[in-house]
Amino acid sequence: MNMPTSAPSANVPALTNGSGAAAILAAGIGSFALAVLALAGDKSAAVKNSLVFYKPTGALSGVTTAAILIWFLTWGLLEWCWRNRTVAGGRINATALVLLGLSLLLTFPPIVDLF
Amino acid sequence: MEVTVRSLWTLIHGLGFGALYLLACSGALIELYRFTTLSPVPESTPGQERFLKVYLLTMVVLAWAAVLTGAYVIYPWYHAAPPPGATDLSMYPQRLLMSSPTTIGWHSLGMEWKEHIAWFAPISITMVTFVFITYGRDLKNHRQLRAAVLCFAAASFMAAGIAGFCGAMINKYAPLQGGQTIQLSQGEEK
Repeated sequence: MNMPTSAPSANVPALTNGSGAAAILAAGIGSFALAVLALAGDKSAAVKNSLVFYKPTGALSGVTTAAILIWFLTWGLLEWCWRNRTVAGGRINATALVLLGLSLLLTFPPIVDLF
Repeated sequence: MEVTVRSLWTLIHGLGFGALYLLACSGALIELYRFTTLSPVPESTPGQERFLKVYLLTMVVLAWAAVLTGAYVIYPWYHAAPPPGATDLSMYPQRLLMSSPTTIGWHSLGMEWKEHIAWFAPISITMVTFVFITYGRDLKNHRQLRAAVLCFAAASFMAAGIAGFCGAMINKYAPLQGGQTIQLSQGEEK
């Protein structure tokens, strides 16, 4: 749904929430991508070797570079789609926070060892 | 008084970027909360809003500087493999930690956690800064965006805190040594 921007007034948003929601969801997706790549690298030697982008840093270089690329690509795409739109903020927030929570859990070594 | 290049980089990474970021986090959380709540008093001025934008941008630079120096300057030294048969592991922090059952946890839990969780800090604070710069005081009128921004800022603080704590403890048990020595001052006999 496209919403026209209006002049700012008390308690009436001057901007649509699309741009902010895009940044929030992309941050959640980027964090989750990092956690999943780290987990995959930990569990598979083939994945780990393919993530060595810079030898002295090892697989960490590939995990973080790939996650950052996924984050920026997702952010750019969502920003392009939602920039001037009002989107379902509650659902998007909840998804982003769940992804962030899962990311925090999936980087904790005792949880990684469960897989 | 002297310091090695590796120790100096550890100080720049941990105290220069990491600790400064952690210090800035508490201020940012309070200011973000104050700025974005609906309460009409105290009303913020455009100058205060500009200050918070610069403050958050500085935090973004600090967070990225901390993780990038950590991953590409410090980590290769930490991660370095000793030559076969080496008995002195003091120059190889990861192997030094792994050589004793009393310190192995600082690698298998501390470093393994730190090297990944630390990256959530710059990702989160970059998003928080973007949203604040885009919306400014209008964030007061977006309850859901405001809640997410505060949650991600708190997560960023937590991630940086965990990484900082693990880093400090690892450096306590297996400090980075080696590299060129920098003479800071000449000692005087008393």
